[in-house]
Amino acid sequence: MAGTDRALMAHLLRRSGFGATFQELDRYCELGYEAAVEEILHPEQQPGIEEDVLERYFVDWKESRNIEAAMTEFVYRMNVYAGSRPLQEKIALFWHGVFATGLAKVLHEKTLLNQIDMFREGGLNNFRDLLLGLAKDPAMIFWLDNNFNHKGAPNENWGRELLELFSMGVGMDGKENYTEEDVKEAARAFTGWTIDDDNVTSLPFGKIPWLFRYVPEDHDDDEKTFQGETGNFNGEDIIDIIVKQPATARFISRHLYNFFVADEPQVPSWQHTPPGNPELIKILEHEYFSSNYNIRSMLRVLFNSDHFKSQEARFAKVKSPAEVVVGTLHLLGDFKFPKRTIFETALGCRYMGQDLLNPPSVEGWHTGEEWIDSGSLVERVNFVADQVGNINQPGVRAMVDALLSQATELDPLSIIGGCLEMMGHVQLHEKNKEHLAAQIRTMLDQHSAFVAGSPEDIESAEKTILHTMKMIGSTREYQFA
Amino acid sequence: MTSTNKDPILVVVQLTGGNDYMNTVIPYENPLYYDNRTTVGIAQEDVLPIGQGLAFNPTLSGIKNLYDQGKVALINGIGYPTPNRSHFRSMDIWHTCEPEKVGDEGWLGRAIRDLDPKAENVLTGVNFGRGLPRAMALTGVPVASVAVLETYGVLTGITPEAERTQALDLFSRMYSPIAGTGHVMDYLGSTGLDALKGADILKTVPDLYQSSVEYNDSVIGRNLKGIAKVLTANLGTRIFYTQQPGYDTHANQVPTHKALLESLSLAINDFYEDLREHNTSEDVLIYLFTEFGRRVRDNGSGTDHGAGGLAMAIGDPVKGGIYSEYPSLAVGDLEEGDLKHNFDFRGAYGTVAEKWLGLDATTIVGGKFEQLDFV
Repeated sequence: MAGTDRALMAHLLRRSGFGATFQELDRYCELGYEAAVEEILHPEQQPGIEEDVLERYFVDWKESRNIEAAMTEFVYRMNVYAGSRPLQEKIALFWHGVFATGLAKVLHEKTLLNQIDMFREGGLNNFRDLLLGLAKDPAMIFWLDNNFNHKGAPNENWGRELLELFSMGVGMDGKENYTEEDVKEAARAFTGWTIDDDNVTSLPFGKIPWLFRYVPEDHDDDEKTFQGETGNFNGEDIIDIIVKQPATARFISRHLYNFFVADEPQVPSWQHTPPGNPELIKILEHEYFSSNYNIRSMLRVLFNSDHFKSQEARFAKVKSPAEVVVGTLHLLGDFKFPKRTIFETALGCRYMGQDLLNPPSVEGWHTGEEWIDSGSLVERVNFVADQVGNINQPGVRAMVDALLSQATELDPLSIIGGCLEMMGHVQLHEKNKEHLAAQIRTMLDQHSAFVAGSPEDIESAEKTILHTMKMIGSTREYQFA
Repeated sequence: MTSTNKDPILVVVQLTGGNDYMNTVIPYENPLYYDNRTTVGIAQEDVLPIGQGLAFNPTLSGIKNLYDQGKVALINGIGYPTPNRSHFRSMDIWHTCEPEKVGDEGWLGRAIRDLDPKAENVLTGVNFGRGLPRAMALTGVPVASVAVLETYGVLTGITPEAERTQALDLFSRMYSPIAGTGHVMDYLGSTGLDALKGADILKTVPDLYQSSVEYNDSVIGRNLKGIAKVLTANLGTRIFYTQQPGYDTHANQVPTHKALLESLSLAINDFYEDLREHNTSEDVLIYLFTEFGRRVRDNGSGTDHGAGGLAMAIGDPVKGGIYSEYPSLAVGDLEEGDLKHNFDFRGAYGTVAEKWLGLDATTIVGGKFEQLDFV
């Protein structure tokens, strides 16, 4: 495959996953673009991790006794699957951002991790099933107080957010998508959908995940009118009505676009702000209906679209902290087994402003440029520079060795070009390339430019490459996916 | 002391984990205290009485000393309606002033915005710790989070210093505006240069600082010393934040809590002395809070999560004394075994925001709440 296609493949993997190593890119390029898309769309057909082996050697690794441990497990899984099942993890991260549920209130790590597992397993399938799963998800029920949603005394929290944040959105094309009455009726339809009280406590057997429980006596079975339809609706009926609304097709399409293609304005403004690319949104909406709400089908159309593949869509997104952390870890080839140091590494997400499993609110994280403030940028830059500058990491060693084997003589531009390619076909602005090249030139002048020579030559060449990778990792350009 | 008439500065100290109010300010004349605190209770003969039947924990001699000089305001029974006993949630509520819904804006973030609406100074808010506390979070408000002052900055992993200087030079070139790259690149560029600027300014701080005060060595001591260094360098920082972790004393409370309070008291005292030495103690109000107090009855080893707690305002600007009432320990007055709060924390924040920082409290704490006269 030609060089430009390799760059396209790297783009696909940055979006459908956490970027690819040069070895992975070799393999994907051999497959070809559409076959690669197909493979990525079916993570379940790729090898998983051997959980039983992990559990034998790391007995308590899933105990998740606190939020940091739960976050570590989340990051560990994203990293360990970034090579074999990238989209399984990416789609889980996507839905976690949309259906943002937080331990600040839920306080039950295993229950919330079960929700994330539901996204891993069903996040690419039928949206109706996913929404129904969400409505029955104990972490969500507790997060949005549906356990306080009783017959005769409804609590509207879940009913409202289901419409506003999880399916239809407040409005589109300047109009409103639902009424206050719709919220009330939806809430009534979900009365009696609660959690199993018996499992709420954590003593004496450790934390036992909560379960969904339907209490028919607490369900308001009277007639309801929702989105113009009338009947003795239960929650499932409400979801059936929701998923067939054009507003839902639009909302999900825009979310997919915002996450996989290019940064859009923040969600609350979507009612009045048209999509960045109305044509692609239209195609996605169409696929939503014709595939019977299948997310995988929508993503197939999305990844194969001309717009996605175009130069315009490249680096049109600011990486989320999870993408920075996991994407960088993936380059290093580290943490294939749990080890202590992953804890501090995983906390990088928090320091960069994405406290996984603890979103700032039910609206999730504000994305795009809003990820960046002076504090979080410092964290990003230092994290990446420290990690990619560590020659003891197998992935870094492999990148350096591959670069050294490619040339007997290194000049600044070929070092930069090689490093950019190794780090996932990062594109550096010409001006910045010149700045970087100027510095590398000074470094090379101080030492020998030849690699083929003595061990000292090789050492200084290695040093130059590492420095170049650190500096690339600290650029603005590296912050874009 | 002469007033320097400088801008008022707020230093917020978060006692993380739920400080045991009843063992910090002890109702030592109340037999109910000893009935409930059979394991962790502090003996009457050991406490440091301050009147009204209350006394400081014996380890708080440093703070007691300031109290005797009229520089400590105790805000009793502080809390909020329908108390949440989760650390995370309750801390969130204290950070965002949103007890009913999950909020994402911090009260200090709003205060920083109002103090420096154009974000002219990248150091108006400085946190000592890693990551941004939600209390300071607000889109568009730059806050420097400093783990360790001496090593704070961009590309700190690059050594030796000569190489790092070159790397930083390259960094600033690569973050300089490039025409036509779009507003997100521009924004990242200016943010990177802001960070560099903040780090550059902070880099000069350790060398400027001189003090005869030798801080007691502890987490809170080191953090307050870091704050003193930045504060006395006069960089225009108006709000500092730091925390002392470890207050979740479910078990083995007696030695743990004693050690925590001791280092807190020493650190506060050292910090105050340091400010005095730098002739700036009149410009600084220290505000201490925790996410909740602890259960009235001890559990045989420690105490579990409770409700109504304690906040303190300390410093020269403070009108010392006992504010708000100590909640009743009588069984009938408790709320699920916990002290009932009798003063809303948003009123205390409001007091600080309005009477000390000169800001409109309503927008900062999300409403109008009864204020106190401790400033």
